[in-house]
Amino acid sequence: MDKTAETPAHIRKEVKAPGKISRMFLSFYDVCQFVTRFFKEGFLPPYEGKELMRQCYDIGYRSLALISLTGFITGIVFTKQSRPSLAEFGATSWLPSLVGIALLRTLAPLLTSLIAAGKVGSSIGAELGSMRVTEQIDAMEVSATNPFKFLVTTRVLAATITIPILTFYTAMVGMLGALLNVSLFEDTSARAFFQMSLESITFLDITASTVKAILFGFTIGIVGCYQGYNSSKGTEGVGKAANSAVVIGMFLIFVEEIISVQFFSLFRT
Amino acid sequence: MEQKKTTSIDQEKVIEVKGLYKSFGSYDVLKGVDLDLYKGENLVVLGKSGTGKSVLIKILVGLLSPDEGEVKVLGQHVDQISYKELLALRLKVGFSFQNSALYDSMTVRQNLEFPLVRNQRRLTKGEVNQAVERVLDAVGLLQTINQMPSELSGGQRKRVGIARTLILQPEVMLYDEPTAGLDPITCLEINSLINEVQERFHTSSIVITHDLTCAKAVGNRVAMLLDGKFERQGTFDEVFNTSDERVKPFYDYNFIQ
Repeated sequence: MDKTAETPAHIRKEVKAPGKISRMFLSFYDVCQFVTRFFKEGFLPPYEGKELMRQCYDIGYRSLALISLTGFITGIVFTKQSRPSLAEFGATSWLPSLVGIALLRTLAPLLTSLIAAGKVGSSIGAELGSMRVTEQIDAMEVSATNPFKFLVTTRVLAATITIPILTFYTAMVGMLGALLNVSLFEDTSARAFFQMSLESITFLDITASTVKAILFGFTIGIVGCYQGYNSSKGTEGVGKAANSAVVIGMFLIFVEEIISVQFFSLFRT
Repeated sequence: MEQKKTTSIDQEKVIEVKGLYKSFGSYDVLKGVDLDLYKGENLVVLGKSGTGKSVLIKILVGLLSPDEGEVKVLGQHVDQISYKELLALRLKVGFSFQNSALYDSMTVRQNLEFPLVRNQRRLTKGEVNQAVERVLDAVGLLQTINQMPSELSGGQRKRVGIARTLILQPEVMLYDEPTAGLDPITCLEINSLINEVQERFHTSSIVITHDLTCAKAVGNRVAMLLDGKFERQGTFDEVFNTSDERVKPFYDYNFIQ
């Protein structure tokens, strides 16, 4: 009897190719495995401290200019657009509180994460994708280095650490933008503005914002890494990985935002 | 064309492959491959593109898993050991990629340091520098130490790729198409380098190629992969002294054309 007739490969030929729904479940299983591997390997030695610091610098410092500009403009525009509505009720004095709450609860985490998904997510997806198709990841494997630990865990951890820091930075810059607008049109001092803003912010707001930012950062990192690490089909695959990292990352951020708003509203009276 | 000089080869097997099968979807690539690599020898694996030559050596280092069969490298079953054991085994097996696979965001020095500092964390900066310079000198590229991979020629990239594998002092070297895409002069230089590595670092090697000049110059033994199996094995002359229509075109194309 021909030996090939007994091989598993031969048997596999007889099995029907997985359908669309099966493929979806298989992909979901792959993603779960990827996330599980991150938690398994991310916190066990040897630690890639130097690479983690480099990634934090890349993700954080290099996004500062864009995030500063966006945060500042958002602060100005949001204040300007909110004033007429509050003025109708004679409540312009609530403007600092409104800006403070809006920025910290939603605008800062969402804006920072969406910018990072575009800038950081795509760059992680493209970088790892290009390393995959040029066999650089395989080269790490065969030189007895764990590429998952070096490339994936460091990037995901860096995004998870850096996005919350950037979120509070965006909120602060946004407040400065709002202060500029307020000081141009009203007689409110900077001290009074910040006092009113900060008084309206609760510990729950800070906690919710931090948790959301951590979640968004983790999502950006893991989606970018998953797409890049598993990319194929040459340069086309690299482009697809970068694109998917942004699209899927942004979609998941919005889904998480909706869920977290619902969740934290349970704690508000 | 220069024939490989005879070197002393042990009868100790460093790689043993028995009944290896590998398929991708419905495409059967390897259909029962049997292969032995003896200590100190250079074995050249020849075959047409797409016959599974690269797949074979990727299975040997655990980058791909076999569907069926036994794969023993330095006495360990590659597909049965843990990931940690596999990483330890890979320290002893150097793999030179077809396109060199240099880390393009790092300089030549950093490319060479990378595997060393990750696997021998106790080394001092001075010892690392010394090791990097030693292997770069061995491949004749010490002057490129601070250059980026994008600034190197194809031949230089191959040499740096080989140097990066040598830095871990492997017992076995796997070369995937070492002369592909290079001019004839550079091919000859790479062939001499492969022989030099064998003599100087006492490695056993598998060289994947379809370049018969390379095969004749570096191979102590040649194995021809045909239809997913090794149909012909022996010295270069033994393999090509045949009227087999699947083998003859190889020789004719390389030496008559």
